[in-house]
Amino acid sequence: MSEGQSSTRRLVRRVSWETILALLLVLALVGGAVLNKDFLTAENWANLLANFTEIALMALPLSLIVITNEIDLSVASILGLSSSLLGALWQYKLAMPLVLVTCLVAGALCGWLNGFLIVRFRLPSLAVTIGTLALFRGFAYIILGDKAIADFPSEYAEFGIGVVPNTFIPTPFVLFIVLALIFWILLHHTTIGRRIYAIGGNPTAARFSGINLNRLKLLLYVASGLISALAGIVYTFRFSSSRADNGTGFELSAIAAVFLGGVTVQGGKGTVTGVVLSLLLIGIINNMLTLADVASEILRIVTGSLLIVSVLLPNLIAKTRESWRLMRRQREIARLGSAS
Amino acid sequence: MTKQPENTAEGQGWLNALFRSRETSLVLLIAVLTAVTTTLNPRFLSPQSLKDLMLNVSIIALLVLGQTVIILMRQIDLSISSIVGITAFLSGTLFINHPGISGYVVIAIAVLTGLLLGAVNAALIAWGKIPALITTLGTLYIFRGANYAWVHGRQVNAVNVPGSFLAIGTSTVAGVPILTWIVLILLILFSIGLRQYRAGREYYAIGSNPNAAVLAGINVSRRIAIGFIISGAIAGLAGALWLARFGTVDATAAEGIELTVITSTVVGGVAITGGVGTVVGAVLGALLLSVFSSTLVFLRVPSFWQQAFQGAMLLVAIAADAYLAYRHALRSRVKWSHV
Repeated sequence: MSEGQSSTRRLVRRVSWETILALLLVLALVGGAVLNKDFLTAENWANLLANFTEIALMALPLSLIVITNEIDLSVASILGLSSSLLGALWQYKLAMPLVLVTCLVAGALCGWLNGFLIVRFRLPSLAVTIGTLALFRGFAYIILGDKAIADFPSEYAEFGIGVVPNTFIPTPFVLFIVLALIFWILLHHTTIGRRIYAIGGNPTAARFSGINLNRLKLLLYVASGLISALAGIVYTFRFSSSRADNGTGFELSAIAAVFLGGVTVQGGKGTVTGVVLSLLLIGIINNMLTLADVASEILRIVTGSLLIVSVLLPNLIAKTRESWRLMRRQREIARLGSAS
Repeated sequence: MTKQPENTAEGQGWLNALFRSRETSLVLLIAVLTAVTTTLNPRFLSPQSLKDLMLNVSIIALLVLGQTVIILMRQIDLSISSIVGITAFLSGTLFINHPGISGYVVIAIAVLTGLLLGAVNAALIAWGKIPALITTLGTLYIFRGANYAWVHGRQVNAVNVPGSFLAIGTSTVAGVPILTWIVLILLILFSIGLRQYRAGREYYAIGSNPNAAVLAGINVSRRIAIGFIISGAIAGLAGALWLARFGTVDATAAEGIELTVITSTVVGGVAITGGVGTVVGAVLGALLLSVFSSTLVFLRVPSFWQQAFQGAMLLVAIAADAYLAYRHALRSRVKWSHV
């Protein structure tokens, strides 16, 4: 009797956040298919995946940054800056490959500035990236003002909206799949990954074990800037539109995906698999709401709530487990007391 | 060690004291900026543009009071702009649906609504143990989304609002707009409260060293909760005054001003790492930012440059704070070595 009870408890304790996410994902898939007959069509899935490509791209380096117990709020502004730069340079008749490289370099520089300020001057990343959130978006406005540039060459616009032949996978989404694989290997199968966890788990111990914290953090911020700029390029071609306000507020969704993916606020925990699952979940929820003709302001409320719930829920679970442990210990003490 | 730090310290004592006070350097900066702009364009100091300046800075300065309390505790409140948006539209709707309603009642309801929304933040942060950044980033979008859903494309216009209420944003008493008087009175109250009263000192204690604050018997969760409730109530008041100032309110009212408020507060010397700063400094920070953006307008700099300048100022301010803290730590270490 007690044997059975303890084994269920052990099971509950062992269930990982990824398993819970996978179950929720299955639930959402079944729910979506039941509620709407358009849900499981290839066309809808091409839409669904395309719609969160940019956020998914930005969430990858962001989750590594959050694991090291820092944050980057400027990702969506770098997206906007890269999009504006792309439009402006294209208007100056620069060759497209050169334009794209410039955008990526600009993004990497933005990320480097974040990292440099945080690492070299030991400034809090929250404050720095709130500042650069305004600064980089400001640069985007300086570059493009309130103009919109739309006349991109057709082969690039097609890259933005096309799908991989004979599948429902949007071409830009391939970038995400490749990068997700790279980040998965990086975080879970290399020493760099172990070091990232070490920094988040215990920075002092990490420093004493000879990890160059500063260089690694700087590298992560550069990666974040670079990939945010890539997301800016994808966004621009997907909508064939370069505007200074592109992607405003995307940092919310990216951060929500990271926390919902099981990366903890205290750092040191989280997996790429979890983040990918949570991205899919958020994408499906948004898609279902859009299919049900729910207004975009409700989507805002849902994303905001997801962000809060994604942190509140693990907190509550941890609290419950803690009280279980206390109860068990008390019962044991009582048993020992009665035995003697 | 033959270094004699006392000598140098004595030589620059008054200079150090002057520059160590953020308020003095802010006043100097504002004076220099005003002087330069006035020489380039004498209309900068005309009574009308001075009144505009005071009106422009008032609502930001009001929000800065609440944000100071929050940042002193090493927390942050991003949701204020959405609370201002909701309460501004609510105030307008009250005037439309209940003709003849007293302006005081409207202000009271706006403050109460802001307080309740602040209480949502407070509950999530103090008892749900969610970091303030996450909570208020979430509620920034939730409150604004709710506002959009509720407003649904409608708009409150100045004709819907009684003239006596709009007078708060236009009339002056002794040359100073009523709106500015309200902010000044609250500034004095907050300044005294944070400096002289136990509750006020507790905000500093929590920000300086949260663990020590717990050991000193401060109920940190409750203090943090009250801080966010105060911030919400202030944002509610700012919402009602937003309507009085602008007359026209739609769903986008006050969108994005949380960045200006946080930048003002930090530029005003309230360290983002908590425990340091005064409301007077923070309001001077708001004034500096406001003078700076007027300067840009008077110098015909395109308005697209404003946001980049604001971000740069925030970065410079936190870098300056970190540098001052570093110097302070260095100096006290030298002092200790002589003991």
